[in-house]
Amino acid sequence: MEEKLLEINHLKSYFFTRKGVSPAVDDVSLAVPKGKIVGIVGESGCGKSMTAKSIMDLLKYPGRIVEGEILLDGKDLTKLSARERRRVRGEDVSMIFQEPMTSLNPVVKVGKQVREAILTHQKVDRAEAKRRVLEVFRQVGISEPEKRYECYPHELSGGLRQRVMIAMAMVCRPKLMIADEPTTALDVTIEAQILKLIKTLCETTGMSCLLISHNLGVIAQMCDYVYVMYAGKIVEQGDVFTLFDHPRHPYTQGLLASIIHLDEQRERLSTIPGMVPNLMHLPEGCAFCNRCGQAMDCCRTKKPELYDLGGGHAFRCFLPGESEASHA
Amino acid sequence: MLKSIGKRVLQTLVVLFCVSLLIFILLRIIPGDAITTMMGEHANAETIERLTKEMNLDKPFYVQFASYLRDICTGNFGSSYTLNKPVTELISAAFPNTVMLAVFAALIAWVIGMVCGIIAAVRKDGILDRLFMGFSLLGVSIPVFMVAMLLQYLVGYRLHWVDISGVKNWTGFILPAIALGWNSAGSIARLTRSTLVEVLQEDYIDTAKAKGLGQGAVLLLHALRNAMLPVITMMALQISSLLSGAVITETIFSINGVGRLAVDAITSRDIPLLQGTVLFTTVIVIVGNLIADCLYTVLDPRIRKGA
Ligand SMILES: Nc1ncnc2c1ncn2[C@@H]1O[C@H](COP(=O)(O)OP(=O)(O)OP(=O)(O)O)[C@@H](O)[C@H]1O
Ligand SMILES: [Mg+2]
Repeated sequence: MEEKLLEINHLKSYFFTRKGVSPAVDDVSLAVPKGKIVGIVGESGCGKSMTAKSIMDLLKYPGRIVEGEILLDGKDLTKLSARERRRVRGEDVSMIFQEPMTSLNPVVKVGKQVREAILTHQKVDRAEAKRRVLEVFRQVGISEPEKRYECYPHELSGGLRQRVMIAMAMVCRPKLMIADEPTTALDVTIEAQILKLIKTLCETTGMSCLLISHNLGVIAQMCDYVYVMYAGKIVEQGDVFTLFDHPRHPYTQGLLASIIHLDEQRERLSTIPGMVPNLMHLPEGCAFCNRCGQAMDCCRTKKPELYDLGGGHAFRCFLPGESEASHA
Repeated sequence: MLKSIGKRVLQTLVVLFCVSLLIFILLRIIPGDAITTMMGEHANAETIERLTKEMNLDKPFYVQFASYLRDICTGNFGSSYTLNKPVTELISAAFPNTVMLAVFAALIAWVIGMVCGIIAAVRKDGILDRLFMGFSLLGVSIPVFMVAMLLQYLVGYRLHWVDISGVKNWTGFILPAIALGWNSAGSIARLTRSTLVEVLQEDYIDTAKAKGLGQGAVLLLHALRNAMLPVITMMALQISSLLSGAVITETIFSINGVGRLAVDAITSRDIPLLQGTVLFTTVIVIVGNLIADCLYTVLDPRIRKGA
């Protein structure tokens, strides 16, 4: 198999609130190979952002990493000192956030905000840093970079702001870029441009990318490998072709069925019945059992383990083993 | 940016004009006749008539106002009836004391208030947070005169830590400044804490951290600049409450300041002196607001365009 850049093993990040413990990331293991784009997909609230924030060490109180390792090039980030961890942030791993409207400081010029990333990590003077910022601005397709450098965030459109964010994430040439729903807040044409930009940047610079989205279309178009997340757990994983052609978990099947196919004539849009469960009151067994059309008795009482189908394809369900036995 | 600041300066001039008109009217409708106050009950009719002419009191209102405006523009505020000295001279003698008191109080209020607010926000729910917020709650709830008297009694009279028999050098300003500044410090600390706690939740703080900036840099370069905006507004508003508090503090601690001058002027119905002190205080408040507005414009690029 390819060389892994990032490897997360059994990561648990919980929120300890007054009302109870919320397992936002519950025993997640995933890997990002060098130079590949790996996707995490799932409904709102399933813990995608918290997985990303765990990697960046950005979890806010009352959330924290309870256990697990986050290996970057074999080095466990959770064991680093605060100082070393800070060095990794921005230099080795960078992150783009969901909301370009609020992710930039409104009172600082965007050029300066990007330049800051260089000045934090590299010993270069301001003029050289600015030159590099302008170069990256050109690379991410910002027209008139000199003029934009002096702009404040409110003077730029959403698409441009997201380009600035990408420039900021790129400028130190990180090994891994985490993009947390980078296009959710943008309209469709801008979305296509930004996604293309991310893909091109990964291909030309050899950077890896962990792309988070709730949009299967985006994932299909961008990723090499996909993890499907549900209620804090990975429920299915596989390379993009296997997963889209042969989804095995009922949740993945439901997600795929709910995509609108423009070429098909359908009366109603297929949806997954029910709601995402509250993480604090998960069912005793499989978290998906209350919404699953194929749920069996064992699903309500026992938690399924990840079932390996070979070839990197795995899913968290009782169906292959017990179902095939009991259905027979 | 210069344009919007220029606009604000013009607005300020208009406000100043209106305020001087207001003061002029107010002081002429309060009960009591200027001449009798000035000469005492037993002045003879001739003198009264002469003075009425001299002071333009027989002329129509607008003529009086025009000459009053001309006088204040040339810095001529007339003479105090009771102290028989030019009002300008009296105010400029008292002004340094008020400045000392106000600057000390503002230092206490703003520097200590902000530092406590910042620490409380960063260590939210910690011991320091509780301690500072407790102290600021005391500050905002106890009236200035009460703090002043308590301090005077406890620190001055009981403990003898400072001399309270009038102000001889700068150490004499410490107690009055604490009395005056505590209240403002409390509001500043609470506001700083709450805005900073809010700002620290913003997405761009995550962005700054994701860049690899340390906690100090995130706080200084990103959080504080945004959190400062409402705090500056409050500081500008506090200039007036500091000045009105100075009236009380100066009286209690027997400091010869502008506030005390105003109190004396009121009790003795010394209209020129009162007019001078009120006008003077108003100018300071308005200028303070102007400075805050300009600062705001410098700090927040979103306002520069809109204004
Ligand atoms: N401050 C908090 N206190 C308690 N629980 C929290 C807190 N923040 C997040 N969570 C929990 O973490 C879970 C996962 O949140 P996360 O932001 O990772 O979702 P997401 O998959 O990124 O969703 P979205 O698509 O809406 O961004 C939430 O369902 C919530 O229960
Ligand atoms: Mg999210």
